[in-house]
Amino acid sequence: MLELAIQGSKKYFGWIIALLVVIGMAFGIYRLQLDFGLGITGMSRDVSWGFYIAQFTFLVGVAAGGVMVVTPYYLHHYKAFGKITILGEFLAIAAITMCLLFILVDLGQPMRMFNVLLYPTPNSVLFWDMIVLNGYLFLNIVIGWNVLEAERNQTHYPMWLKPLIYLSIPWAVGIHTVTAYLYCGLPGRGFWLTAILAPRFLSSAFAAGPALLILLCLFIRKVTKFDPGREQIQSLAKIVAYAICLNVFFFLCEVFVVFYSQIPEHMDHLKYLFIGLHGHGNLVGWMWTSMFLMLAGIILLVNPYTRKNETSLAIGCFVIFAGTWIDKGLGMISGGFVPSPLHHVTEYAPTLPEIGITLGVYAAGFLVLTLLFKMAIGVKEEVRA
Amino acid sequence: MMETSRRRFLQMAGIAVVGFTATPVLDAFAAEHGGHEAVPSVKPGPDGLKAKQWAMVIDTRKIKSAKDLEPMIEACHKIHNVPTFTDKHHEIKWIWHEEYKHAFPSDVAKFMDERLEHVPFPVLCNHCENPPCVRACPTKATFKRPSDGIVMMDFHRCIGCRFCMAACPYGARSFNFRDPRPFIKETNKEFPTRMKGVVEKCNFCSELLAIGKQPACVEASNGILTFGDLYDSESEVRKLLKENFTIRRKQNLGTEPSVYYIV
Repeated sequence: MLELAIQGSKKYFGWIIALLVVIGMAFGIYRLQLDFGLGITGMSRDVSWGFYIAQFTFLVGVAAGGVMVVTPYYLHHYKAFGKITILGEFLAIAAITMCLLFILVDLGQPMRMFNVLLYPTPNSVLFWDMIVLNGYLFLNIVIGWNVLEAERNQTHYPMWLKPLIYLSIPWAVGIHTVTAYLYCGLPGRGFWLTAILAPRFLSSAFAAGPALLILLCLFIRKVTKFDPGREQIQSLAKIVAYAICLNVFFFLCEVFVVFYSQIPEHMDHLKYLFIGLHGHGNLVGWMWTSMFLMLAGIILLVNPYTRKNETSLAIGCFVIFAGTWIDKGLGMISGGFVPSPLHHVTEYAPTLPEIGITLGVYAAGFLVLTLLFKMAIGVKEEVRA
Repeated sequence: MMETSRRRFLQMAGIAVVGFTATPVLDAFAAEHGGHEAVPSVKPGPDGLKAKQWAMVIDTRKIKSAKDLEPMIEACHKIHNVPTFTDKHHEIKWIWHEEYKHAFPSDVAKFMDERLEHVPFPVLCNHCENPPCVRACPTKATFKRPSDGIVMMDFHRCIGCRFCMAACPYGARSFNFRDPRPFIKETNKEFPTRMKGVVEKCNFCSELLAIGKQPACVEASNGILTFGDLYDSESEVRKLLKENFTIRRKQNLGTEPSVYYIV
């Protein structure tokens, strides 16, 4: 099937080359980082995780979001989604690829990364995160490939695949739960020390993942002969609507607990993010933008008129994706480190090289996504013809 | 032959655990200094000090100003090859001082004893009995040594993920954001320098304890710091704990710090 990914129009190859150029430039910057150390990033002794880990966290959510098309189809036999499950699974593969790359570029000694396997440490959540992320990647590759191949041959996928498909459903929940556990089990980090963190992560994931998928479906309909289908897009839109409402609700639960209890160690982080702390407030504008975008998304997606109109739906999905990205990709990690456990305020902002490497990882993810989607759509066009 | 070479390998690996350069190199340096100095070892030697859990008591009543703390900070950073960076973001420190409100941020009173409010508190790794950093490390590069409770670092195994830094509620850990070697004023050949990309912190001078010496900061503290076995009822630290009211940093987190402060 891979041959389908290397046939295409000039525009298709133009896009591939553009991605390769970005990846190449980012690789050059990464070599500088390897040479100099992580000092070329904006991270510091106080804010020891930055943009890379934040992107990783957000993208685990996008990957887990794929389960929102898999579950209705395989578990509830919602036939309409049969057409697009492969897109959800392939999106998950691309997202997990980016997650693993972000962890890699964040390591101070990347050549020692296999120490995690050489000295397995079950008491470390990072050990489990390695297992669930790689497991999810493996599951989606096996499932996606076999289901697509069966579709191409117009047969049923092999029966041995069924248990793996069922396993992939709780596994998707697992990847984002374990990722939340990286943070919420740490004493002395009041911002993350909350049982609602994993549910919050999941709800924002189930909004951001399917929202991106809707945008991709609309794009695919425009540029290929394959139509993911109006019903499919509308069903996804309802999922996004529920999920983004839950995400904002969970956030407000957190806000209530923090500000009604008035415990300073928990309040300070939210204060830093939304009103600034001791005169420092780099993220204040961003956080309010995020809230505004998510609210706008709720209005556009809950209201049936704007949800059913595909233009306003696209806008709604875009603002939800952007809003959840700011929330997790900017605020969630820095917010936990400011103020520091000693109550010093050291602010963090990514540097240019850091942003360059980040763009490169995103380009690598989009390259994987493009090739996989090209293959899937090629099969769909072939079968239809 | 096989047996000897394996034993030799294990010895070498043991030495590597704390990051000493290979024995021949040390031997060469020893020879350079006349060959009389003991080669540092990880395992306590015949004169090594032993304890169930090493602990420290800091008598803040004896501290008048930051000047009183300078010798201990300098002694520590000098023998452990801690670099000096001008960029605060890349700072590496094993022991330093903080105001009360930063050392004990959750126990600040609105109005408090003027001396306490301004006196500099020495802070360092607490060598917790229940260390969250050890729980978080995915490679056991940081571990609690069962023999004496020191929370140690294996600079050669650390992958630089910095999970331990997020887990430590005391900000005790530093990361080598860049190669530290050009920023070490005077390299102590008896202790390893670090490379970029690994985490480091106070080790309660395990290398000195192994040859029967007290930690460098304690030696240089002019009686401000007292070091001893927490579970030996006759130890110096236990005597102080019996006679004085002490506090520990963030006791409510359940980490069981081994550094006590007389206030």
